[in-house]
Amino acid sequence: MSQEQFDALIQADERIEPDDWMPDDYRSTLVRQIAQHAHSEIIGMQPEGEWITRAPSLRRKAILTAKVQDEAGHGLYLYGAAESLGTPRSELLDRLHTKTQKYSSIFNYATPEWADVGAIGWLVDGAAIMNQVPLCRCSFGPYGRAMVRICKEESFHQRQGYQIMLSLSQGTPAQKAMAQRALERWWWPSIMMFGPPDSASSNTGRSMAWGIKRYTNDELRQNFVDATVPQAELLGLTPPDDALVWNTERGHYDFGEPDWDEFARMVRGEGEIPDLRIGVRRAAHDDGDWVRKAAAAYVSKQAERSAA
Amino acid sequence: MSTSFPHWEVFVRARRGIDHQHAGSVHAPDGETALRAARDLFTRRQEGVSLWVVPSSEIVASDPADDDAFFEPAADKAYRFPTSYELPPEVDQM
Amino acid sequence: MTTELLNHVLRQGDRALVLSHRLAQWITHAPSLEEDMALANISLDLLGQTRHLYTYAGELEGEGNDEDYFAYWRDAAAFRNPLLVEQPNGDFAVTIARQVFHDHAALLYWESMTESADVTLGALAARARNETAFHLQHSTGWLVRLGDGTDESHRRAQAGVDALWPYTSELLDADDEGELRSSGLIGKPIETAWHEAVADTLLNAGLHAPIDAEQCAGGIHGVHSEHLEPLLHEMQHLARAHPGASW
Repeated sequence: MSQEQFDALIQADERIEPDDWMPDDYRSTLVRQIAQHAHSEIIGMQPEGEWITRAPSLRRKAILTAKVQDEAGHGLYLYGAAESLGTPRSELLDRLHTKTQKYSSIFNYATPEWADVGAIGWLVDGAAIMNQVPLCRCSFGPYGRAMVRICKEESFHQRQGYQIMLSLSQGTPAQKAMAQRALERWWWPSIMMFGPPDSASSNTGRSMAWGIKRYTNDELRQNFVDATVPQAELLGLTPPDDALVWNTERGHYDFGEPDWDEFARMVRGEGEIPDLRIGVRRAAHDDGDWVRKAAAAYVSKQAERSAA
Repeated sequence: MSTSFPHWEVFVRARRGIDHQHAGSVHAPDGETALRAARDLFTRRQEGVSLWVVPSSEIVASDPADDDAFFEPAADKAYRFPTSYELPPEVDQM
Repeated sequence: MTTELLNHVLRQGDRALVLSHRLAQWITHAPSLEEDMALANISLDLLGQTRHLYTYAGELEGEGNDEDYFAYWRDAAAFRNPLLVEQPNGDFAVTIARQVFHDHAALLYWESMTESADVTLGALAARARNETAFHLQHSTGWLVRLGDGTDESHRRAQAGVDALWPYTSELLDADDEGELRSSGLIGKPIETAWHEAVADTLLNAGLHAPIDAEQCAGGIHGVHSEHLEPLLHEMQHLARAHPGASW
């Protein structure tokens, strides 16, 4: 295959498969994007995972365990897609552990209260779904297929989160106050999950041309606000944005400007949480080394025995 | 450096009566462990009634560079399809 | 008789809950992402068993208590789980040794319970048996790989077996069950079959049971090690801070 054939496939909205010829930039952009997505899934297990042992009912404990487990699964689907481009998972994990590859900065916020589990499901997973649904049509086949699977599983994540917020906002005054605090903590970070404004996003144009990305950051952000504000109203909770108002002319909500300086600080990994998250990940990996070595040694021994 | 396990391709039969279909891949030191990992990864929501795992290295694949040689020649053989045969209306249900 | 059956059901529920909780503590800390998934799955199965058992306990007790009451509003002294399942996770070898001892006992127990004269327990047993059979494949599969892997993994696996062996006889304790057994509510004793099955697994793994290890017991009578209270405190804290709330 050649550049012309690749371009023709992209033009025709056909899918690129791992063995096809592809431009080096396309490959490296995808490896980076898919790996960062995979890293985000497995780092994202931590802020919620900390609540599994503290969940306030057995039903919530089961739901949260299943959700965090799904995130490990999503990480595995995505590492599989990234590996099809020729970079092994062990190498991608090394890049995460040495901080040479990033994960979504949304997971560098803390989850001090149970309501944060609800807000993450409702807002963070809600924003993630909005980002991810278009990726199901990504031009790179394995990524698109992984995303189809992930999106199918993820809708329960958002629904259970909203249901937590619903129970809390209809519960005792203390529960409702907890829900409002969580909304205030997660509102702006969720809005910033769509990335910098289009005017400042360097990669958007090329990724759109390649069919990796299908909508701009600002388009998705507006969709998210439009979908989420009525949901907050139903909960009787108030997003922390004085500029939030329905604009009849545009047919959309107007909303305030996020604190992009804070976003930049989070992306740079400032604060103590990034070290904590990577520390947990590295420790799990390092502590597991002897286990993985044992499994490998067992297979070699078996092979030797059957050869003898 | 990390210990790396071999890659296994996973095939899932969604229900009786249909073929196994490729679902994705897992890493595992051996087939037995690969099967268990595939079960946990691909059938958490009753997606399957049977699983196969195959070492990825054992797959022999056609080369995309050969696509024209492999798959083009099938294009001009319309006579393989029933629609190529015009018959009188009385017997056209054949 | 109902009191004996209630105690039996609670004892099984407590065992499943505490072990489920211990396994949940592994999530994000497991040796591989595949193991995060596997341990979470086993934890979820045990949690499901717990919820059925506690719900049934509530019916037997007849005081309107639901599954969450039994999990969140009883103190450590009311829990009747065997000491084995409250032991800390330790390294992966300790966890796997604990699972092997437990899973063999649980599989034999649920198999025997499929013939229970109690319809509710019989139905639960049919499902729990299948779940446990898979758990046992997982745990024995790993113990064999650790025992017959590297020198380090062998040493750790033997240390895990040695550390937990003292808690195994309590798993098989059937002192309080005579009447339940004679009326067909619970199945036959599992002690002999458990020893045979465990000896077989240890042999395959190149490991051995410690000789002359003194046995510890007490959990099934509410006398626990120092490890249960902190576990319950963490689990119950939020629920207890909001009495009467629903979640």
